[in-house]
Amino acid sequence: MIETLENFANHYNFFITIFLMISGLFIVIARGNLIKKLIGLSLFQTSVYLLYLTPAKILNATAPIYDKQYSTYSNPLPHVLMLTAIVVGVATFALGLALVVRIKEAYGTIEEDEIFAKDPEAE
Amino acid sequence: MILAAAERAQTAEQAAGAAATVPKDPAMAAVTANAETFVMMILLTLLAAITLAIIRQRNMFGVVILASIYSFLMASVMLALDAVDVAMTEASVGAGISTVVLLTTLYLTGSVEYPRPRSVAIPLFVSLVVGAALVWGTIGLPDFGIADAPIHKHVAPTYIEYSKKHEMPPNMVTAVLADFRGFDTLGETTVVFTAGIGVLLLLQGGWRTSGNSRRDDEDNELDIDGGEA
Repeated sequence: MIETLENFANHYNFFITIFLMISGLFIVIARGNLIKKLIGLSLFQTSVYLLYLTPAKILNATAPIYDKQYSTYSNPLPHVLMLTAIVVGVATFALGLALVVRIKEAYGTIEEDEIFAKDPEAE
Repeated sequence: MILAAAERAQTAEQAAGAAATVPKDPAMAAVTANAETFVMMILLTLLAAITLAIIRQRNMFGVVILASIYSFLMASVMLALDAVDVAMTEASVGAGISTVVLLTTLYLTGSVEYPRPRSVAIPLFVSLVVGAALVWGTIGLPDFGIADAPIHKHVAPTYIEYSKKHEMPPNMVTAVLADFRGFDTLGETTVVFTAGIGVLLLLQGGWRTSGNSRRDDEDNELDIDGGEA
């Protein structure tokens, strides 16, 4: 029992990561509002940041900034990768929102069902 | 592409680590129950609660504010995970710029999401199946925060040693970002530049149209193309 609990606590980060991931997936599939869909997509993306940063952490180590007093540092490589991912993520997010604005101008709505109703080619 | 390469390297490392099963050190097990972990678990639980609120909230303004809170919580979690640079970026970009961009979009499109009679059963089923598969895949991963996990064994020590030896910036993330992986950052800049141009073109194309007719928009787009050529 204790071992199961300990195992659960040790993987708690991963479980929350997975929860955030499937929440994002759920919003993308289930919600019709395009802005909400994009927010779901960015939830999915942030869960990936967590997925990369969690294994990088070493308990009782320090942030990867060199100092004579410390000898163990957390892994800097996932941090670098996620920095890139965040910046690229916000760029694509802004592009998606600009597309939503264009869709609103062209169709008069940003609800997916109404757009499909207006556009027979999309079916 | 570089991300994919890193992932491949990690899987190889994990395979190597699994072959030499590391015996569990009792001292390491004691370390897992410290205050750092506890704080992080609370923050992660709050994060999950905010996510549920985002799913349930139908007012788009509320969703945007909740997304901003989510980003700040995520930045706090990153701080607890020792990823200080990432936390700063997430706080400024995720909670700052994203919120501003979202609010602008709400202003341009109108804000309320009204309830729609959409079936939730299939999305819920898909999400739960994916979640179950991911949990199953997670169980074999190394415990949280141990120093002898395969990810810390191969590339990372090299980066740390090199940036120390060659007197690179004391912040290793900066050293890796600007020195070791400068081309990666160049590619990132290209992506941001392209996205910026895309946003500009998209918004300019529709800026002057007031009606909702698609015909008008297409005419307008042609005009702008002609103007630029």
